[in-house]
Amino acid sequence: MSTASQQFLTFVRKEFAHVLRDRKTLLILFGLPVVQIIIFGFALTNEVKNSRILIVDNARDEISAEIISKLEASRYFDLERGQHTNQQIGQVFKEGKIKLAVVFPADFSGALLHFNYAPLQVIADASDPNSANTLTNYLANIVSDYQLEKFGGQKIPLQIGTEVRMLYNPQLKGAHNFVPGVMALVLMLVCVMMTAVSIVREKELGTMEILLVSPFRPELVILSKAVPYLILSLVNVTSILLLSVFVLDLPVKGSLFLLFAESTLFIITCLSLGLFISVRAQTQQTAMLISLMGMLLPTLLFSGFMFPIENMPKILQYFSNAVPAKWYYIIVKAIMIKGLGFPAIWRETLILLGITIFFLTVTLKNFKIRLT
Amino acid sequence: MRTVRFLLDKEFRQIFRNKTLLIIILMVPVVQLTILPLAANYEVKNIHLTVVNHDNSHYAQRLITKITASGYFQLTTLERSFEEAFESIESDRSDLVLEIPRHFERNLVRENHQKLFVAVNAINGVKAGLGAAYLNAIVRDYNQEIRHSWFQTTGFSQPPAIDVIPSNWYNPNMRYQLFMVPGILAILVTMVGGYLTALNIVKEKETGTIEQINVTPIRKHHFILGKLIPFWILGLVTFTMGLLVGWLVYGVMPVGSIVLLYLFAAVYLLPVLGLGLLISTYTDTQQQAMFVSFFFVMIFILMSGLFTSIESMPGWAQIISRLNPVTYFIDVMRMVVLKGSGLRDILPHIGAVVLFGIFFNIWAIINYKKTS
Repeated sequence: MSTASQQFLTFVRKEFAHVLRDRKTLLILFGLPVVQIIIFGFALTNEVKNSRILIVDNARDEISAEIISKLEASRYFDLERGQHTNQQIGQVFKEGKIKLAVVFPADFSGALLHFNYAPLQVIADASDPNSANTLTNYLANIVSDYQLEKFGGQKIPLQIGTEVRMLYNPQLKGAHNFVPGVMALVLMLVCVMMTAVSIVREKELGTMEILLVSPFRPELVILSKAVPYLILSLVNVTSILLLSVFVLDLPVKGSLFLLFAESTLFIITCLSLGLFISVRAQTQQTAMLISLMGMLLPTLLFSGFMFPIENMPKILQYFSNAVPAKWYYIIVKAIMIKGLGFPAIWRETLILLGITIFFLTVTLKNFKIRLT
Repeated sequence: MRTVRFLLDKEFRQIFRNKTLLIIILMVPVVQLTILPLAANYEVKNIHLTVVNHDNSHYAQRLITKITASGYFQLTTLERSFEEAFESIESDRSDLVLEIPRHFERNLVRENHQKLFVAVNAINGVKAGLGAAYLNAIVRDYNQEIRHSWFQTTGFSQPPAIDVIPSNWYNPNMRYQLFMVPGILAILVTMVGGYLTALNIVKEKETGTIEQINVTPIRKHHFILGKLIPFWILGLVTFTMGLLVGWLVYGVMPVGSIVLLYLFAAVYLLPVLGLGLLISTYTDTQQQAMFVSFFFVMIFILMSGLFTSIESMPGWAQIISRLNPVTYFIDVMRMVVLKGSGLRDILPHIGAVVLFGIFFNIWAIINYKKTS
């Protein structure tokens, strides 16, 4: 073994000692992804269900009672009855518990049976536009099903039905979306924060100067900083995958080897971004503020796992291309959930590779080996 | 009281001395609040649709025109077979496939019943659910249209119809940003308040200056007050700037009372600062403090109902979200800003936040030792 690589190994060992010594950080490093995957895998669903709706029944007749019992049977709604008048709806919305109000006009059945037409007023608290939309839609579906059932005896011409298949995720579970998303988010932030802080810390404490005057090559000094985090992160990937397979029941459909290879690439991308921040920042506080406050929300939003990127303004769509987590998220979805192979993701892989090379080059250029 | 004044003087000098820190504290929230609501957009208007049309009839053509004219769907491709359409889903070029069966029009008129086939990429449950719901609503509309003209031309009498008339209060144009701006502001205030408190105190630990303070006659509660008050003020400054950004950039003007908002924010910062203090008593280095904060901030954000609704979470997760102070702030922000809720409506929220404040602060004060 050449002396250079021997030296390198010695440095890696030193870095490992640093990392392993700090038990509290280590606990968080390994505990954080585990807790988050479990919580988010189970807790976050985008489904709308159990929404509380207010019934204002001014009709109190047979048909309104039948529709109400249909609504009651649906798992989307929790009904709130009581003696509310139309005027009180605003106040009920302001208290914030009720999402939707259904108002049956007086003489609902009469109008329906005599004039063949009865209006049913549905008022949504649209401060959350999506749940307003979804709930109104569910309600309209239930009412139209009821009509078919009730008046189906008379022949209804020209019925168009839809048969909807939910591909990949028939139960619309949140985990399918959130596991790849949280994986991208956690890996990105952990890697960037750890590396960013570790170098700045040596700068702040003054030990960096000691390393620089040693005969060891400066590029290897920074690279040896990154190695322990690479290994730690791979452990994290493994535990996340184990959890998602055995606890969340979300199998890896594609090649496990490919998934690990891509994860390694993504981790290296993040480490190089962390190194880049660390050579620029002067104090730990700055490095942390940049990597936590500056990166948490943007990574969350621009990786595309919360909000569809195509809805964003064009300029933000371009910006999202620079967020490595976005590409990794696409890759993980493709391998894990769709079961696709490398031909489907070579472009994303190439982009990650490009981002990595960019940050590494800039970092090495900016790394000052002279004392100030 | 004099001691506290001196301590405050010291803290403010330290904060104003560090220009980079100050810029980050002031700029990051403003920039993020300006940009992120644009990105956090769930208005469904760009669902990519692939149509497989096996029936080149007038009815099929009219249906497709109606769907594309709705503004929710973007017709990306017309494919000849479902297999080809499925490929476009695999490669993320389209989100939804609509298949119109052979002889759709002929069979609809002859047999009075026809099915359309819809396949949705359901990895992202929200998008899939909304996409399918919108498509269903359009098909339902279309169905009524053609049935209506059929009745008119044939002269049969129509069956009774219940007409669901939806109205959307508080946000009639269904602007998603109106919903997101108050929520994101709540998160930013939390991050500034909690995170800075934790880092600031730990920094004194790490550099050893805390020991110098410990040997002075400064009392425990003096020191803590001296640390908390500056960040309480900074938190309110962030809140003010956030409200201004929301108004200037997004035109979000609180419907309810601004005084009430400030009252709540002022009370809300107590548990946030207390939590920061608590974190700082359990950690020894800035790095640890940052990781612990990261852990909590992630959970706080994702379990607060900012992005996904709390009602649809499983019971245990709803309990966690009730134990999360951020939930209450986001709720109050949305209630007061969008709906104009009054003091009486948010009293339960204030009560909960006060309890959290007492709990975290007492715990932190007990845990903070001058001698260690």
